[in-house]
Amino acid sequence: MAQFRLPPNSRVAAGRHFPAAPGATQTRRFAIYRYDPAAGATPRLDTYDVDTGRCGPMVLDALIKIKNEVDPTLTFRRSCREGICGSCAMNIDGVNTLACIQAIDGIRGDVRIYPLPHMPVIKDLVPDLTNFYAQYASIKPWLQTRTPAPPDRERLQSKEDQELINSPSACILCACCSTSCPSYWWNSDRYLGPAALLAAYRWLVDTRDEATGERLDDLEDPFRLYRCHTIMNCTNACPKDLNPARAIAATKRMMAERRL
Amino acid sequence: MAQVQRPLSPHLQVYRWQVSNTLSILHRLTGVVLAVGSAGLVGWLLALASGPGAFQQAAAIVQSIPGQLLLVGWTFAFCYHLCNGIRHLAWDAGYGFDKHTARKSGIAAVACAAVLTAAIWALAL
Repeated sequence: MAQFRLPPNSRVAAGRHFPAAPGATQTRRFAIYRYDPAAGATPRLDTYDVDTGRCGPMVLDALIKIKNEVDPTLTFRRSCREGICGSCAMNIDGVNTLACIQAIDGIRGDVRIYPLPHMPVIKDLVPDLTNFYAQYASIKPWLQTRTPAPPDRERLQSKEDQELINSPSACILCACCSTSCPSYWWNSDRYLGPAALLAAYRWLVDTRDEATGERLDDLEDPFRLYRCHTIMNCTNACPKDLNPARAIAATKRMMAERRL
Repeated sequence: MAQVQRPLSPHLQVYRWQVSNTLSILHRLTGVVLAVGSAGLVGWLLALASGPGAFQQAAAIVQSIPGQLLLVGWTFAFCYHLCNGIRHLAWDAGYGFDKHTARKSGIAAVACAAVLTAAIWALAL
């Protein structure tokens, strides 16, 4: 059953305020979710005034500036800073995206930053993604074949067949989509969520894969696949502009068509 | 060391209301309104079957201003649920998943529902 209110230990209290360095000319206010497991306190929302005149253009640049110059305890994941590793996925200005490709100028008013929604928080902006990765592993994201491979070459694929998997293969598993999905919020123990289902679709449409039937059998379940109600938060959030909603609908159609 | 009970990150409290997710929850809400309204319709039919006295009472409720407002709301709920249901059918057939298309079709569903509601009431009055 969906629990709409946050449990008592998760409610966000007002936090501390950090003014901008003296001499700052262009300041923007960043309101950032903080949680320190060692402090024994509930989460809080700290505010930082950042001199954007002396900061890179992206939200991640501001986070790094805060960590370097104001508050070294601020904790977040980041790596590539160019939208390909998926580490810095977080909820920025109400929508899940990657901090490294979200421009500060693209946000009006205070920049509100929370961890990915409805996830257990390890520290500050770092959620526990264990369940998310386990769900990805559960769809068996590898090529399954029964026929022996050709002895002298790899399993070849036509250009058209490759185009079927180009888009779903571009998923970076940042979890922006799954953690934007209300169905996933309420049922993440049984519903696979858009990211795992997009990955499942990627193998369903791969013409080299020979386990399509078994893959569909595994998804034939009231929860694993069918909790998708086409809310479209996933597709709207995807920082790689992929379309999990369409992939899930196509999977439902494959499921219906094989019964005909 | 005892495992600290991890907090749950905010979800509904912080997620931005966009056209797509707002209309999705509106679809479910109008479904609930329709179910409750159907019970009202059954009540009205029961009053009709019970004789002139009961029917006059029911008619008085329906014709009162709150009753009329509820009926307008119920009509809109019906029209919106119908229009958005057609949108869902298109999705089930694999059409309209581009995010700009989905936004436009959502706005169109609300507009169609408003026009249909107005048309029904123009005919009824």
